[in-house]
Amino acid sequence: MEESIKLHYIVPGDDFTRAGAASGDVKRTLKELGVSPAVIRNVSIAMYEGEINMVIHANGGEIDVEITGEDIIMTLRDEGPGIENVELAMKEGYSTAPDNIRTLGFGAGMGLPNIKKYTDEFSIDTELGVGTTLNLRVHIQ
Amino acid sequence: MKISEICDILEGEIICRADLTDTQVNAACGSDMMSDVLAFVKEQATLLTGLVNPQVVRTAEMMDMHCIIFVRGKRPTLQMIEMAEDRDMVMICTELEMFTACGKLYSAGLRGGSGK
Ligand SMILES: Nc1ncnc2c1ncn2[C@@H]1O[C@H](COP(=O)(O)OP(=O)(O)OP(=O)(O)O)[C@@H](O)[C@H]1O
Ligand SMILES: [Mg+2]
Repeated sequence: MEESIKLHYIVPGDDFTRAGAASGDVKRTLKELGVSPAVIRNVSIAMYEGEINMVIHANGGEIDVEITGEDIIMTLRDEGPGIENVELAMKEGYSTAPDNIRTLGFGAGMGLPNIKKYTDEFSIDTELGVGTTLNLRVHIQ
Repeated sequence: MKISEICDILEGEIICRADLTDTQVNAACGSDMMSDVLAFVKEQATLLTGLVNPQVVRTAEMMDMHCIIFVRGKRPTLQMIEMAEDRDMVMICTELEMFTACGKLYSAGLRGGSGK
C-alpha cells in the first residue's frame, strides 16, 4: 500500500441498534484490501467493543481509522462523562452499566480488557466531564 | 459438523440463507451476554442465544460466525434477518431451551469455542 487510507465515522449516541456499523464497515474495507483474517478479527473486536462503549456510556462519538502498510490505527473520541478510575475500569468484570444494558447483552465489564488484549498498542486519555479518547494500534504483520 | 446437521439435531427451522447450510462448523458457544462471547470465544464458532437484538448479528459478524441459533422459541426481527442475509449468515430457530440445545450438540460431538 503506497498511501494510507483514512476513514471517519460519526457514532450516534441515541441508536443502540446502529452501534457497530462503523466497525462492520472497517471490517469490510480490510477484507477488500486483503488484510489477513487474524488481523481483521483483532481490529473488528477491539473497535466494536470501543464503539459499543461510546454508545452505552458516552452518548456516541467519533472514530478515525488510518490504514497504512504497517498498522491499523484507531482513534475513538467521545464527549461523554469520562472515566473516574481507569485502573478500575480496566479490571475484568468492572462495569457501571445499568440493568437495561445488561438485558441487551452487554455490561459484563469485559470490553476494555478485551480491547487491550486484541491490540498491539492501547492508551486511554480521559477527563471527568470532558470525555474519553481511546488510541488503538494493531500491526498488520 | 454441517449447519444442516445442527439444524436436524435441534429440530430447528432455517430462517435465512438455507443455501449455506453445507458450511462446516467447528465449535459452538451458548450465551445471552454478547460481552462474554466477544471476550471468551477464540475459534470460529456458532452462536446459540436467547437474546434478540441487532447486536447479536453484529457480534457474530465481528467473530466471523456463520450461523446463529435462537433458542427457547425466540424469533429474530426482520431487520436482524436482513442483516444476517447480507453477511452470509444462516439463522436457525429452535423451541429447545439453551441447556438442552447445547447438550444435544455436545453429545453429537460439537465442542466449545474457548479452548477450555
Ligand atoms: N467511553 C466511555 N466513557 C465513559 N465511561 C466508559 C467508557 N468506556 C468505558 N467506560 C467505563 O468503564 C467501565 C468498563 O468498561 P468495559 O467496556 O470494560 O465494560 P462495560 O462496557 O461496562 O461492559 P462490556 O464491555 O462487558 O459490555 C464501564 O462500565 C464504564 O464505567
Ligand atoms: Mg464495554
